[in-house]
Amino acid sequence: MVVLSDVWKRFGPVEVLRGVDLAVERGEVLVLLGPSGSGKSTLLRCMNGLTPVDRGRVEIAGEPLPKREADLNRLRAKVGMVFQQFNLFPHLTALGNITLAPRLVLGLSRAEAEARARELLRRVGLPDKADAYPAELSGGQQQRVAIARALAMEPKVMLFDEPTSALDPEMIQEVLDVMRDLARSGMTMVVVSHEMGFAREVADRVALLFDGRIVEQGPPDEVFRRPRHPRAQAFLAKIL
Amino acid sequence: MSFWEVAARYFPYILAGVPVTLALTVLGILPGTAFGFILAMGRRSRAPWFRVPAAVYIDVVRGTPLVVQVFFFGFALPFLFHYSPPQWPTAVGVLAFNSSAYIAEIFRAAIGGVPRGQWEAARSLGLTHNQALFRVILPQALRIAIPPWGNEFVALLKDSSLLFLIGVAELTTRGSLAQGHNFRPEVDWAIVAFLYLVFTVPLMHVVRRLEGRFTGGGRAF
Repeated sequence: MVVLSDVWKRFGPVEVLRGVDLAVERGEVLVLLGPSGSGKSTLLRCMNGLTPVDRGRVEIAGEPLPKREADLNRLRAKVGMVFQQFNLFPHLTALGNITLAPRLVLGLSRAEAEARARELLRRVGLPDKADAYPAELSGGQQQRVAIARALAMEPKVMLFDEPTSALDPEMIQEVLDVMRDLARSGMTMVVVSHEMGFAREVADRVALLFDGRIVEQGPPDEVFRRPRHPRAQAFLAKIL
Repeated sequence: MSFWEVAARYFPYILAGVPVTLALTVLGILPGTAFGFILAMGRRSRAPWFRVPAAVYIDVVRGTPLVVQVFFFGFALPFLFHYSPPQWPTAVGVLAFNSSAYIAEIFRAAIGGVPRGQWEAARSLGLTHNQALFRVILPQALRIAIPPWGNEFVALLKDSSLLFLIGVAELTTRGSLAQGHNFRPEVDWAIVAFLYLVFTVPLMHVVRRLEGRFTGGGRAF
């Protein structure tokens, strides 16, 4: 579903990604782990073209990430993204946030888009928040609306960039619950997260990123119990 | 005659400049705002044919004194083209010309003031650059721009006084004419200052309240 081969990315003098190879199967949940600054977020952003790669190949659903802007937009519509800071549109209600892209990009009518949005709000547990503005919602609620917004495009892959890192502890669970349901429904997911419990329970595979390279990957139990790479051992010892 | 007697006699004459000043400011800032928006789009544009002229225009306007611009419109242009347009279009033209550059910078700063994450969220949903700009970024940017735009309105209201240099019968011109008539500058300029304050102080107050509303907590949208 997502295939990265030999992906390189440099920001100024800093080589952030140094030849990443990664393949995510349909329906697979991959959790990306690594110390801050290891390139996890950059890697995620390369998967929908928000960050163009310097070298290497990115493929989504069998299609290489296009160069032309119009094609890139079409492809982005198939890749949902959820951000650490939610990034809801503050001038629109929850319903407005969720219906904007389906109406503009997919050409849905208002009625169709709203029906889909209300269904998604139910799915993320916020059926009564359709008319609330982001500023009226808690962090956890905002992030759930953001997930609904991404799902409204019926994406083939969902990317999560530290979706719970900006949340108060008591709100983390409600967002993880939504993500767990999503994983069970068969969604292909790539998640950058420090939530070890979530990774252990939900991930089919975890990948550890150090200095722009994937040094270790495999089923969470295996990687967490018997990391092979010495840096992976040190890192996991700290966070587990 | 006492201060108050002179004031009472000349107040109506000077007061007649107020509607002129207000009309010039409003008529100047409307096209100035529209043109300023286009200039701001130009400054942000990737296309050199759009970006470079916009940048040069803004630098020229912001880099020259308004007095010079008034003289240029009032005297240099008529000399160059052997044609003297009526006063009003000239006066409105100077104010629009001048304010557009400052308003362009206001819009540019406001667009830049919308968090990057808003662009990223919009683009990651598949919106095109223009859809993201018009549906997500600008609605937020325009709200950010309202207080500085209000400040620009106040500034332009005061700056329109320089139109007295080309003889437009606005507030300051009337003060000057009254002084030539009654030789009581302390009365005339006190009236002129008072009449400016009647409009600028409430406007500044409104701007300050808006700034509080938009930067403080609570529901800005």
